[in-house]
Amino acid sequence: MSDSLGVLLVIVGIVAVGLYQLVRSQQAQGAGRAGSMKVEVRRTRGFYVRTGVYVVFLVFLYLPILVIGILSFQGPTGGLTFPMEGWSFHWFREVFDPTYIGDFRMPWVRSVILALIVMVITTIVSFLAGLAYRRGFRFSGLIFYLVVASLIAPPFLVSMGIGIGFAKLGLLTSWWTGTLGAHLTWTLPFGVLIMLAIFSRLDRSIEEMARDQGATAWQSMRHVVLPIVFPGMIAVALFGFTLSYDEFPRSSLVTGDGNTLPVEMVAVTGTAARPSLYAVGTMTTVFSLVVIFAGFAAVYIISRRRAGALTVAGSVPEGERYGKALRGAPEQPAE
Amino acid sequence: MVSLFHRFNNFVQIAPLTLVLAVFLVTPMTIILVVSFYKFTGFLTIPGFVLENYSRMLGQVFTYQNYWATIRITGITWAITLVLGFTLSYFFVFDIIALRVKILLFLLAVVPFWTSGVVRMISWLPFLGREGLINRSIIGMGLTDQPLDFLLFSEFAVILSYVHVFTLFMVAPLFNVMARIDRDLLEAARDQGASGWQILWNIIIPMSRPGIAIGTIFVVALTATDFTAVRVLSGGKAGTVALTIANQYANVQHPFATANGIVLLLVLLVFVGGLMRLVDVREQL
Repeated sequence: MSDSLGVLLVIVGIVAVGLYQLVRSQQAQGAGRAGSMKVEVRRTRGFYVRTGVYVVFLVFLYLPILVIGILSFQGPTGGLTFPMEGWSFHWFREVFDPTYIGDFRMPWVRSVILALIVMVITTIVSFLAGLAYRRGFRFSGLIFYLVVASLIAPPFLVSMGIGIGFAKLGLLTSWWTGTLGAHLTWTLPFGVLIMLAIFSRLDRSIEEMARDQGATAWQSMRHVVLPIVFPGMIAVALFGFTLSYDEFPRSSLVTGDGNTLPVEMVAVTGTAARPSLYAVGTMTTVFSLVVIFAGFAAVYIISRRRAGALTVAGSVPEGERYGKALRGAPEQPAE
Repeated sequence: MVSLFHRFNNFVQIAPLTLVLAVFLVTPMTIILVVSFYKFTGFLTIPGFVLENYSRMLGQVFTYQNYWATIRITGITWAITLVLGFTLSYFFVFDIIALRVKILLFLLAVVPFWTSGVVRMISWLPFLGREGLINRSIIGMGLTDQPLDFLLFSEFAVILSYVHVFTLFMVAPLFNVMARIDRDLLEAARDQGASGWQILWNIIIPMSRPGIAIGTIFVVALTATDFTAVRVLSGGKAGTVALTIANQYANVQHPFATANGIVLLLVLLVFVGGLMRLVDVREQL
């Protein structure tokens, strides 16, 4: 077999051993510290089996993506699988070369713009819905069922219904009309459920306190409620962006002439599969990872800053602390 | 006056969500239901109310073969994701104690959820083909001299891809319910002399039922309605309901496609409804 596979296996092996060590070491810590936890840290055979399952699962999860990453550097004469015929950036260049049939540039631009639009709409609509559910309203149960239905509605049926609907109206679907709507039926349930969870942890008396201190409705919203739920809104935005950016089935039937990136990739899979498909797959995966990392980092930094700047208000993870402060329990010092 | 203001306020807050769902969920589904009763001549779709599309479909052996393939693929995928998802959740919740490590290991397993499912599906191609990694390895090791053909363009490849992409939908709800199980309960059971298997069977599994139900709904709904992996990875060998519907839609046989879709939706609804009767899912939401 090729050298690259050997290198890959070595990397995977090192990561697997590292993970195993990590799990073991934290077990040891737990054993040293725990009084009541003693029962849980017995290293039974089951523990080793489950650790093994986890490590194998991670390999199963990441190995194919790593292989795609390696194969995108295939030499110009290389094919869709090993062996590597040398290393090159040839296929990355081809992704951006307009003379090739599988031109991924415009689909990519469309996907990013669409994901940004979906992200903004999802965040705002979910936030507003969260506010409405906080107070309760007529038909709230019905709307909630609709949200859940939207979550489990067969994706391609939604897509097909929108497609036929546009056709009946004599309109052409496009990525910024039909596809946008189809994506929202997928991102909004996530957004709304996250906002409901966040608002349910937010003590109502906070706003009353703000009002008692003379804040207007707008001020209590802007300076009290919004800062507390803000990290949650970033999480909603992250879901909105990534779910839309990667969505295939809801897009597949309604993109019209302008394919989004996942649709274009699937279209190329059957007919004109070349290693440039792997190159674009690698780039879009790296792009997604950067977005995820930025999202997590933003939540983390804002939470930290919040914890430092405000002595009372906690961010989402520290919601409990906030409750304690209100009830007059001793306040933990901010880090 | 104040209450009127509040009511208006609430209306403004919930209207966008309602509007989007009405236009892009309720309306399309209604259209599908209506079109499924339209008359279809083979070329033209004529508005009307006929049951022909349904009777034609239910009279074809092809339909039942489709359903059998769909149920088979969905069932196997479900069973694997359930066992795998349960084991992983158990590992996160009960085996790992330090919170930081728990979060790190959980995130490592969850991050691929936010990357492209299409890329993850495509990434099986270099593994499974006749010239792929697995065949080359086993031939290289001398285990066989013929490449294994069942790997790519088969149900095996489709199920592998589903397990790869959908296991996380089982892990998340199971993790959620297991994390709420009171540790003292397990310790008490142990003090009373229960074995590990008894604790698992009599406490953890019953208390995880809502999580199992939610995970099952996700995995079954996603698997039974997907046609992408079937199209790309089965090479046309696995004719599922969803693939047939997608093909009918592509051939502009809208009444056939919609009638087929409505039946699939009904089957799923009956399944989900039955599951909800067995397990109270709402307490978890």
